[in-house]
Amino acid sequence: MKIQLLDIAHARSGDKGDTANVGLIALRPEWYPLLDRYVTREAVTAHFSGQLTGDVVRFELPNLGALNFLLHGALDGGGTLSLKTDAQGKVYSTALLRLVIDVPDAEAKAAGVPGTL
Amino acid sequence: MSESQQEKIVRVASGQGFWGDWLEAPRRQVEGGPVDYLMLDYLAEVTMSILQKQRERDPRMGYARDFVGAMESVFPAVAERGVKVIANAGGVNPTACAEAILEAASRSGVRGKIRIGVVTGDDILDRLDTLLAAGHELKNMDTGEPLANIRDRVLSANAYIGSTPIVEALQQGANVVVTGRSTDTALTMAPLRHEFGWAEDDWNALAAGIVAGHILECGAQSSGGNCLHDWRNIPDLANVGYPIAEARADGSFVITKHPGTGGRVSVPSVTEQLVYEMGDPHAYITPDVVADFTSIRVAADGENRVRVHGITGGPPTPFLKVSIAYRAGYKAVGSLVYSWPDAMEKAQLADRVLRERLDNLGLKFDQVLSEFVGATSTHGALAGDGREAPEVQYRIGVRGSDRAAVERFTREIAPLVLNGPPSVTGFAGGRPKVEEIVAYWPALLDKRAVSTAVSIVE
Repeated sequence: MKIQLLDIAHARSGDKGDTANVGLIALRPEWYPLLDRYVTREAVTAHFSGQLTGDVVRFELPNLGALNFLLHGALDGGGTLSLKTDAQGKVYSTALLRLVIDVPDAEAKAAGVPGTL
Repeated sequence: MSESQQEKIVRVASGQGFWGDWLEAPRRQVEGGPVDYLMLDYLAEVTMSILQKQRERDPRMGYARDFVGAMESVFPAVAERGVKVIANAGGVNPTACAEAILEAASRSGVRGKIRIGVVTGDDILDRLDTLLAAGHELKNMDTGEPLANIRDRVLSANAYIGSTPIVEALQQGANVVVTGRSTDTALTMAPLRHEFGWAEDDWNALAAGIVAGHILECGAQSSGGNCLHDWRNIPDLANVGYPIAEARADGSFVITKHPGTGGRVSVPSVTEQLVYEMGDPHAYITPDVVADFTSIRVAADGENRVRVHGITGGPPTPFLKVSIAYRAGYKAVGSLVYSWPDAMEKAQLADRVLRERLDNLGLKFDQVLSEFVGATSTHGALAGDGREAPEVQYRIGVRGSDRAAVERFTREIAPLVLNGPPSVTGFAGGRPKVEEIVAYWPALLDKRAVSTAVSIVE
């Protein structure tokens, strides 16, 4: 089934120079494995296709039920140089929550994702 | 460790997350319940350059002036109840900042009860050429470019210093400590090191101090502010309580807030702050210790209480991060609002018209960026095409080294109101202002090239 990250995760983002970071946190501990398995570096790279000038790097924080993504080249030069409304990458968090992942029905049901019970 | 030292709890309250944060917060933190320390973080990457410009105009300036008002609001608690204040409000002029605090203490009748520790040594602007000549390259950490490329445009240069000089100031009896560019986390770490006497190589305890600092450094961002999780149900944000760390000698701590305040301290609110501005979670690098964020354990500990423990760390690197600010040309951003029907199409036509006029004038810019706020400005192509939007703000910015070209651009927006697409409004602010861009240059510097000093004024 298709699951939008908004339904199983929350997020916060910020900046370091021209890089935005997005911390993606499972809404329930039992949903972290879904994030870990399906929100891959490749999936996030494809999601932000055309919006980044650099690479996506992914880190795992199972202790917090979270993943951390570094989106290099996301901020048009960053900080004071950038002409963007979101010059400090504050809402890359919600942009990531738009991502839809495809999870086998049985796996989604076993994890208790809403709409599968 | 003695039994009393094991049971001792040190309360560090966060009262400011950046210069511009809530003016009410410092006073509410010291009046709302028992706290031992109040930490106030005033500095962001761009703040130092703004302060440097202010000092250029007036040598008595260059610090976060909000700090004077904050101190006036907490003087009674500092003078009578012994609450200690630690702030990096000194910016590029910590000495002048301390003088301003003393003058305020005189006006408030608490002069003589205030000992201010002033930490200096982070400012390396005057030593840049000496450092470069000695082989310190100060290359841009992100791009690898040599500093020589922008040396003649540098406005400020400061090393991020750690908690050690702040601990020294506390040991010398300071009840207010003012620093320049210390790390945000050092403002929380220093009182914990001072109170618990952690050894300089007690990496796990020091890492815990850094994690506590990371949670506190952004003000209410860990206690319900800017919290996405369950945001509709976060109570009484108008009365939001700023976070407090109740720390123990073993490196565990509880994040909480004063009773009767709004907001919420929860595992999700604290976790959102933990991942904020994070790089590699295995190595959160500070001058004191490298903390491992994958070791952090977070658990609910009652209402508005979150226990954080299990943190590990390792030795720091031989470098300090340096933040250099330099002049990088000019920019201006203007906007107009287009309404339904077909708001997006009208805004897009306005953009084509304006760009053609800029071309016809022969104006050259390093970058021209158009955004359609209300449609695609923050999520880009992910947001869809914006066709059904009830209104769209057309926002256009230019950036370049030629000030005159940027100035000319600012005069090309308003005419669109009468000579461009219809259904336009939102121009009441007048012509946009030309701003000088101060850009940020991160670099690394051998720690041994920086020495800090502590002085006490009273």
